[in-house]
Amino acid sequence: MNIWLDFFIDSLAFGATFIYGSTGEILTEKAGHLNLGIPGIMCMGGAGGCLMLNLIGNSSLPGFLVVILGILGSFCAAMLMGLIYAFLTVTLRANQNVTGLALTTFGAGLMKVLMKKADPVVYLVGPKQLFRFPFAGRTDSLQRLGVLFFLAVAVAVLASWVLFRTRVGLNLRAVGESPATADAVGINVTRYKYLATMCGGGIAGLGGFFYIIDYMASQEAYLSLEAFGWLSIALVIFALWRPHLTILGSTVFGLLFSCSSYIANIPGVTVTMAAKPVLKMLPYAVTILVLIITSVRNKRENQPPASLGLSYFREER
Amino acid sequence: MRNERKREVREPLVHLTRRSAMSPLQAWGIRILAVLLGLLVCGIAAFLLVEKLQKNPERIGEFYYTFIKGSFATPRKIWKFFKDLAILLSIALALTPAFRMRFWNTGAEGQTLMGVLGAIAVAFYWGGKIPEGLLLALMFVSALACGAVWGAVPAVFKARWNTNETLFTLMMNYVASYIVAYFLVVWVPSGSSNLGKLKYGKLPSFGHEYLVIILVTLLLTAALHIYLNYSKHGYEINVVGESVRTARYVGIGVGKVIVRTMILSGALCGLAGYMIAAGLDQTITTESVGGQGFTAIMVCWLAKFNPIGMILTSGLVTLLDHGAAQISQDFGVAADFPDVVVGIILFFVIGSEFFINYRLHFRGREREKGVK
Repeated sequence: MNIWLDFFIDSLAFGATFIYGSTGEILTEKAGHLNLGIPGIMCMGGAGGCLMLNLIGNSSLPGFLVVILGILGSFCAAMLMGLIYAFLTVTLRANQNVTGLALTTFGAGLMKVLMKKADPVVYLVGPKQLFRFPFAGRTDSLQRLGVLFFLAVAVAVLASWVLFRTRVGLNLRAVGESPATADAVGINVTRYKYLATMCGGGIAGLGGFFYIIDYMASQEAYLSLEAFGWLSIALVIFALWRPHLTILGSTVFGLLFSCSSYIANIPGVTVTMAAKPVLKMLPYAVTILVLIITSVRNKRENQPPASLGLSYFREER
Repeated sequence: MRNERKREVREPLVHLTRRSAMSPLQAWGIRILAVLLGLLVCGIAAFLLVEKLQKNPERIGEFYYTFIKGSFATPRKIWKFFKDLAILLSIALALTPAFRMRFWNTGAEGQTLMGVLGAIAVAFYWGGKIPEGLLLALMFVSALACGAVWGAVPAVFKARWNTNETLFTLMMNYVASYIVAYFLVVWVPSGSSNLGKLKYGKLPSFGHEYLVIILVTLLLTAALHIYLNYSKHGYEINVVGESVRTARYVGIGVGKVIVRTMILSGALCGLAGYMIAAGLDQTITTESVGGQGFTAIMVCWLAKFNPIGMILTSGLVTLLDHGAAQISQDFGVAADFPDVVVGIILFFVIGSEFFINYRLHFRGREREKGVK
């Protein structure tokens, strides 16, 4: 296959990790909660899915059921992490940054402990082909566009539709902008915050699962997962808090991140070793630029939710 | 909608009010209770995760004893405990002025790493060419300057355009980490990115090799306590943190205070980086700070931004970390088990703040008392 196309499709597939991560984070942030626990949640999502496959990998269940159960396992594990975060920040009104960081420490650590117990032959080798459903037999990068990739695109579009076209989305955004106002018009602030944080956590968890089982499909993949959680948080800014834009943004991030390994194969281009870290820095640098530009332009629809990071207590003015 | 309107008004099961103040003794009691509860849950988690413990459950006592053993079994371990405490504390102290101003600096990791880089770069280029004393002084200046720049950049944008500082500083961590990766490629011709120990630029040691770091951190704690509580700058920081509008009204230049405080915060991170570079490692990797910049955020917050209290909280985190590391060694668990333990305990401590700040009124009990 053409090297350029190969490079592009690979970036597209890699981007699905971020689509999940940042769509989940956008839902959480729209409820006014900056969840720095996303890396930990993604780790636990990966672990949950892999442990589920570890249980059923050797059974004679039909293929589609294995895929669905794997996704469910991942989603539920990550949702539980979201529940911990929601309980601490919504009910107990703890500081969001600190809770998020503790969640990341906990999730990344627990995943590594758990994954050492799982058997890669059972959870990876067999199920891998099932998850790469339409293009499983291929050897080029098209094989990476599997079930979870298409699910990612669907989830991002669906999330945008819910957020910007339905009443539930309108209420959720109201909660994130001004919980006191939302409360006054009769929206159950606590319920929305819990719902958004837990669904967001579950969705983000699928990103970790996709990265381990499909994109990398190696038994060491889980060790490098945490860094991409942070990149997902960066992508939220890049996508200006719109889930459908994460599809575009994640492809750009994927291109920037994997170009350091593809660029050497492109004829006529030579790169020194020193250029690689600089290329890998680009996604972060670009994110900072986007952050600066949006704050300088100061357009209201491109700003973070107004109450982002603040906990809500009804009796406080 | 209509149905809801008809429903009679129910009193919620639990009603919350903010406590005005709680005696420090009571507050600390709640915190200690939280840590104990956390340790209990850690024990349960250990039963689920640690195979050796499942086979011989009677070793659970040893499990808890190992927490203490990890930090205090031998003099070497005690020194290491205080060294790790000091480094963590110094980064947490650096964050304090920014946090008191409600500037959520999540970039301590990057600021400290830039400090390490600043110091090591000087030692790499000038080591052996100029006298050692001058070298150390130059390393000091360079480390502080690098940290300060890394802290000042987000502050300028915050002050001028109100750019979200949490996300900005978070991103700066990764930029810093790749800058270090870049220099490692440039400096190490073999391409292994392993710089090795540099020969020059080591802080002189007296008594014990870690003593200098510990003393400097103690001095820093006292200095910061005075700066924040008894100086005009400290007062301005507090006012900006409480209310930006009030600060403007009384004529405090908010932008100036933000930038000045973040330069200080970044420079102090740079100082921590200098201690890591010149006092301990004498080399640099992208993992030189090893996540302590993030842990420091929790340490700082747990102590309610009080420098003296941070000695305790950083001690607690270091103790847990060492203890759990000893457990993973003695019981043959994955080396990442400490993170699980620290995470669980932190959840409990973070959650316990709620019971310090709020009072719970249960529906039934209030009525009996006749309060309402």
